[in-house]
Amino acid sequence: MVKELLVILISSSLVNNVVLSQFLGLCPFLGVSKKTNTATGMGVAVIFVITLASAVAGVIYQYILVPLDITYLQTIVFILVIAALVQFVEMFLKKFMPALYQSLGVYLPLITTNCAVLGVALTNVQKNYGILTGIVNGFATAVGFTVSIVILAGIREKLKYNDIPESFQGMPIVLVTAGLMAIAFCGFSGLL
Amino acid sequence: MNSVKERLVNGIIKENPTFVLMLGMCPTLAVTTSAVNGLGMGLTTMVVLALSNVFISLLRNIIPDKVRIPAFIVIIASFVTVVELLLQGYIPFLYDALGIYIPLIVVNCIILGRAEAYAYKNPVLPSLFDGIGMGLGFSVALTCIGAVRELLGAGEIFGIHVMPESFVPVSIFIMAPGAFFVLAVLTAIQNKVKINGEKKGRDMSRIQSGCGHDCMNCSDTGCTHRLYDEKADGTDRKSAGLKEEQTKEEKKNG
Repeated sequence: MVKELLVILISSSLVNNVVLSQFLGLCPFLGVSKKTNTATGMGVAVIFVITLASAVAGVIYQYILVPLDITYLQTIVFILVIAALVQFVEMFLKKFMPALYQSLGVYLPLITTNCAVLGVALTNVQKNYGILTGIVNGFATAVGFTVSIVILAGIREKLKYNDIPESFQGMPIVLVTAGLMAIAFCGFSGLL
Repeated sequence: MNSVKERLVNGIIKENPTFVLMLGMCPTLAVTTSAVNGLGMGLTTMVVLALSNVFISLLRNIIPDKVRIPAFIVIIASFVTVVELLLQGYIPFLYDALGIYIPLIVVNCIILGRAEAYAYKNPVLPSLFDGIGMGLGFSVALTCIGAVRELLGAGEIFGIHVMPESFVPVSIFIMAPGAFFVLAVLTAIQNKVKINGEKKGRDMSRIQSGCGHDCMNCSDTGCTHRLYDEKADGTDRKSAGLKEEQTKEEKKNG
């Protein structure tokens, strides 16, 4: 069991990196990666939301959708649950943990329509993960996201001082960087 | 009939979701490993987009303003589920190839964006053709990107071998990194077109070389990356917009 979870942990965070090999959550990956500290904030918010969302989605799937035999409604249910959950977390933090809200709050709404969150919930179902395995998978995926966004932000901070051809300034050079990172992450495929 | 034609041209050329607006990047990168997959994804998205546009346009007077985004999401998710089941039943090879990216059409910002920007404000027929036009534009773009990747990565287009025998496929182009490189070149070309146009004094503001999805500094209210109604709780977005205007003015003055 522990071994299985460890394999999932490594495979979801490094080998099948959510951004660099599955292209989920590209929007915040490209948008919020200008500075390392905002990237870290985004990463922490994503870890928090995805872990929570995969737990809630797992429970709802196992205890409501499966017994009622309405698993075909999973997409609709998951997206609504995730949207509601993010709103709820935001309200909760605003009310009870203002300090945490100050640092994470701005990122939360951006995550709602993030395909990575829904993607993890659906992957958990597709791969027949149980609730615990699903949570571990969600956490690992989010850690993979955080690792890659922080690395990208670090590179982008250095990129500012470089002489880039006019038409490659802005998004194109970031995409080239992401491509090179994706090649580097291909190297992890030998891990398992 | 004019409006129909106008909508189609608008979607395919003027406001092409991929080449001009840079929306829906996740599926664009993920499924374009071959031209067939790109076309399949494009057409699937088109069907969902057209159906949801029609439905939202029909219901536009009934849906309360404050809960419109959740309402859109339910409608879109329902159609995605229908289309997913149909694909599973009738085109299984495409269902297998696209995998998890079919249910993820729900969070494709093109669909929510069109619902918010067009279908919610316009009659049924133009909305239908807006959806078809945008969907076709997306399909064309995905097919092109898929064809380029397939050509370089496997020497084929639509599964037909076209490159000479001596050509060694650059297989990285059908792998994940290749997607980033192809998109990088695409945005670079777009940048070039924009810069050239601006030099000639044309208004190129329509071309958004990736808004960068920098939602925190963005004032674009047509964008739907933020789920909730800005009237209900969107002071930060408005202030962000104000801030941007201020910095623009400062730039002008300074």
